[in-house]
Amino acid sequence: MTSSNMWLLRPLQERSTQIFLGLLTAAVVVVTILHLATPEGSALHVSAYTVTLLGKYLCYALLAVAVDLVWGYLGILSLGHGAFFALGGYAMGMYLMRQIGDRGVYGDPILPDFMVFLNWQELPWYWHGFDMAWFAFAMVLLVPGALAFVFGFLAFRSRVTGVYLSIITQALTFALMLAFFRNEMGFGGNNGLTDFKDILGFDLRSDGTRLGLFIATGIALAVGYVVCRGIVTSKLGRVSVACRDAEARTRFLGYRVERVQLFVFVVSAMLAGVAGALYVPQVGIINPSEFSPLFSIEIVVWVALGGRATLYGAVIGAVLVNYAKTVFTGVMPDAWLFALGALFVLVTVFLPKGIAGLLQKRRKATDDDGANAQEVAA
Amino acid sequence: MSVLDQLTNRDQVFDFLAPEASPVDVRHGPILYMEDVSVSFDGFKAINNLNLTIDDGELRCIIGPNGAGKTTMMDIITGKTRPDTGSVWFGSRHNLLNMNEPDIASLGIGRKFQKPTVFEALTVFENLELAMAADKRILPTLTAIMKPEYRDQIDEVLEMIGLQSLRDRPAGILSHGQKQWLEIGMLLMQKPRLLLVDEPVAGMTEQEMERTAELLTSLAGKQSVVVVEHDMGFVRSIAREVTVLHQGSVLAEGSMDQVSNDPEVIKVYLGEEA
Repeated sequence: MTSSNMWLLRPLQERSTQIFLGLLTAAVVVVTILHLATPEGSALHVSAYTVTLLGKYLCYALLAVAVDLVWGYLGILSLGHGAFFALGGYAMGMYLMRQIGDRGVYGDPILPDFMVFLNWQELPWYWHGFDMAWFAFAMVLLVPGALAFVFGFLAFRSRVTGVYLSIITQALTFALMLAFFRNEMGFGGNNGLTDFKDILGFDLRSDGTRLGLFIATGIALAVGYVVCRGIVTSKLGRVSVACRDAEARTRFLGYRVERVQLFVFVVSAMLAGVAGALYVPQVGIINPSEFSPLFSIEIVVWVALGGRATLYGAVIGAVLVNYAKTVFTGVMPDAWLFALGALFVLVTVFLPKGIAGLLQKRRKATDDDGANAQEVAA
Repeated sequence: MSVLDQLTNRDQVFDFLAPEASPVDVRHGPILYMEDVSVSFDGFKAINNLNLTIDDGELRCIIGPNGAGKTTMMDIITGKTRPDTGSVWFGSRHNLLNMNEPDIASLGIGRKFQKPTVFEALTVFENLELAMAADKRILPTLTAIMKPEYRDQIDEVLEMIGLQSLRDRPAGILSHGQKQWLEIGMLLMQKPRLLLVDEPVAGMTEQEMERTAELLTSLAGKQSVVVVEHDMGFVRSIAREVTVLHQGSVLAEGSMDQVSNDPEVIKVYLGEEA
């Protein structure tokens, strides 16, 4: 064990991370067993549909963790994380499009259907390479990372923070949405990329592949969580909190605040990209609506509901809100946004630290009892 | 510094070309030497032919009525303000007028501002940890490990500032006085040669003031300390040497008794209070 990867191993010795990873593993294992071992029609059976739905929740959870990393620990309220999520999704979508090959409606071995439809003669230069999985998967990290780097470099160097930064991130995702809506961009316009056939040779419609994607998402969430936890429990994490609370003072101590912000922001964008990449094969489509400013705001609501600056709170928030959304939009589709709004207001007023705050209060109460007992004993 | 600057910085190409990091030279006595320094803002002379010498390890109090130029003087020493004329030397080797703020800070001049700013969400220990002299770039910070010697160093400072019992409590719960001490502790973690302390006891209770006086006097000898203060009682309790500033230049210098019996000083400053 060298000292340079100590920061990644540190969270594994931490009780809260162990509990989180334990619960996540248990959830994934239980779902897998219930899906495979119980007969269809049994009350305990988890259908392939539900497995994919849960996989989608886990993608959202990873996205929420990425947002919590920058918002909770660095104080940067990004209202544009949907953009990084969507870019990761598009990178994956392009790979899946190229995998279709000549099985498309028009049967062109190279060009995706929408390009044939638009009468394009050859593949645009930026579509090259996406037939190779390793290249596409690298792009899942690099494209959102590069955008975050350029954007963050300019914004943080000019010391843009607070509300102004939030507004610019919102503008960023809106601008990308408008761009991706255009057919000439070569990303399928408003239809986006869809009609995927297989991933790494596995048929996307088979139950086995769906289960595999679900498990892969669980692993990605676990790794993403440990990476974030590793950052926030390192000295760099404490410097981030210092930047969040007293930026000028941190600068005065000799830290390059803008570089800290840039580093954490890029890591967060990459995690969002991974979440998007795992999301696309499970829902079967990526289109510009993922860039919509509303979606990015919704992510922030998940994190706020779950509890900022805890990471596991973000996971709880993302899963709960999206579960509620699934239930609600099934029962009363029109009422969902009102319900979400009401929930947000209620939590902000009565649970300023979110659901995680409630859990912490509980634990603290028992801790304090213990401490008092010890003092009395001493 | 932009990436381009780093690439074009020829000093860094070969180690032997790098300018030698020269230690502060105090063989001749003074650690800070200001001569004939003047600065004016829109015609108003904030500092007017100021001459000031601080010896290594000395504890010096600077007093003076409002507008006497105390804060401007601190700004000049830390590189925040450039004087119009005069020279400012740190030891006998470093000309502070050729250096910028971060360079001066890393040379070993620490400054405490009037209003204490500590990181309230972090514990007292973590506040000191962040202030510790270390490689502050991103990756070294990410992979930093709390070594036993660092821990000892922090505990030592904790003892000095008397906050051992609050070591693992968030700094947000500290009282005003404790925050001031923590901030002095954070300065000490940076291992400064010269500490500039601006109004350390403003808003403190009687006991806190006493404790602060003890703290500052215990620092003298190891570090040179310059205290700017309004509270005469406090100055009397710590000062060995007092400098009275008036209208941007030194009016009187000496022990507290000498200074407070100086008729000029009584006229401009002490007289008002008495």
